[in-house]
Amino acid sequence: MTPTATPGQTVGPFFHYALPYEGDRDLVPPGGPGAVVLRGQVLDGAGNAVPDALVELWQARPDGTVAREPGSLRRDGWTFTGFGRAATGGDGCYAFSTLVPGPTEAGRAAFFAVTVFARGLLDRLFTRAYVPGDSAALAADPLLSSLPAERRRTLIASTDERGFVFDIRLQGGDETVFLRYPGQ
Amino acid sequence: MSSIAVPAPELEPQSVISSEIAAIEAGYRQAGVEETQPRLDYPPYRSSTLRHPTGDLCDVEPETIERWAPCFGARDVDPLEADLTAGHAGEPIGERIILAGRVVDGAGRPVRGQLVEIWQANAAGRYTHERDQHPAPLDPNFTGTGRCLTDADGRYRFQTIKPGPYPWRNHFNAWRPAHVHFSVFGSSFTQRLVTQLYFPGDPLRALDPIYQSIIDDRARDRLVATYDHDLTSHEWATGYRWDIVLTGGRQTWFESEDVA
Ligand SMILES: [Fe+2]
Repeated sequence: MTPTATPGQTVGPFFHYALPYEGDRDLVPPGGPGAVVLRGQVLDGAGNAVPDALVELWQARPDGTVAREPGSLRRDGWTFTGFGRAATGGDGCYAFSTLVPGPTEAGRAAFFAVTVFARGLLDRLFTRAYVPGDSAALAADPLLSSLPAERRRTLIASTDERGFVFDIRLQGGDETVFLRYPGQ
Repeated sequence: MSSIAVPAPELEPQSVISSEIAAIEAGYRQAGVEETQPRLDYPPYRSSTLRHPTGDLCDVEPETIERWAPCFGARDVDPLEADLTAGHAGEPIGERIILAGRVVDGAGRPVRGQLVEIWQANAAGRYTHERDQHPAPLDPNFTGTGRCLTDADGRYRFQTIKPGPYPWRNHFNAWRPAHVHFSVFGSSFTQRLVTQLYFPGDPLRALDPIYQSIIDDRARDRLVATYDHDLTSHEWATGYRWDIVLTGGRQTWFESEDVA
C-alpha cells in the first residue's frame, strides 16, 4: 500500500520568530557582482496587501545549473545556494537579492520557482516567476503556451531599474496562476 | 474578570462555525470523492475568505529546477537546535515530550538529510511573538522554535514541552487545539510542506476550522501524533510519534516515465 500524503495546514500568524533568519532574503550580498532585486507585493482578493505572508524562492544559477550546496541558513557570503525566504512587510512587499536564473536546458524559458504561505491560506501555493526578455523561449514554454494571454501575464515578471517585479495575487480578476504537480 | 462573557457583537458563536463545518462535511460525504488535503476555500476559517485562489490550480510537469530541492547540511543546523528545552538559564515549565518520526516519500522511501523546522506555543498557550496578545504567561526558559535534519533513514527527533491550546478571534470563544507547526522540505521542490501536528484525545480538534478544513476524517487524522510508550523515556519525557509523507516527488515522475 502506498502511503497517502500528509495534509498541509496554514503557516498561521506566528511564524515570524521561527522561519525568517538572518540573511534569508539575500541569496547574494545586495549590490554585489551580478546582484539583482526580485521584489513584489502579495495581495488578497480585495486588492489589500497581505502583511503576514512568506515567500520562498528556489532557482538555478545564471548558467542554468542547479546548486547542490548547503548553507542557505548560515550564509558565508559567496556560496550561491539557490534558496531564499522572505516574509512580507506591513505593506505586503517582499524582496530578494539574487542572481538572474539561466535556462536549465538550452532554449528553455528561465524562471524563479516560488512558494507562497500566509495566515488565512490553508496550504502552500506554488507558482513560477518567469524571467522576461527571451520571447522565443517564453512562447515555446509548455506551461505559458497552455494559458490564455491574460493568465500567462501573471507569471512573467516585469523589469525595473534594479531587477524584477513579481506581484502575487492570491485571488481576484488578475489572480496569479498557481500550480499543481503530478502526484498532488 | 468574568468567565461568562457576552459575545462581542462582531464575533459569531461556535454554534455557527460548527454548523458550517458539519454542512461542508455532509456535502463531502454525499459527493463521495476522496480528498486528502485541506480545502483552500473553507469559509468557517474566516481569514481564508480573501486569501484563496478561485481559479483551478494549473497542472504542470515539473521542470529541472522543480525536480531538485534546496540542500541543507551540518553547516545550517546545530544538533542542539532539536532540543527546545535547552538554551535557556533554566528548564521550561510544562510536560516534557519527545516528538519523533520519519519523513518518507510517496513510495515509503526515506527523505534523507532534509530540513525540518518547528515552532509552537509554550505550555500556557502563548507564543514568543510580538503579535500574540493572549494574556497567558511567557516562559523565560522557552522560545518554542527548533530545527533538525533528517537522518539516513529519514528520521527526525525533537525534545520540547507540550504546547497549550490558545484563543484566537475567528469567532467568539474560539480556541486552537494544542499543536506544533512543522515546516518540511522534500527531495524535490514540489514536495514542500508546512503543516501542524496535533495531539490525541484533544476535544478542541472537533471545533477547530483550521483542522476541519481537511474534510476527510481519515486525512485529518494523519496530522494527529500517536502516543508511543517505546519513545517515552524513563523518569524523563513522554513520547509522541508522527510520520510525514511527502508525495509528488521524484518517484512520481519515474513511475509515470516507466508507464510511458
Ligand atoms: Fe499556532
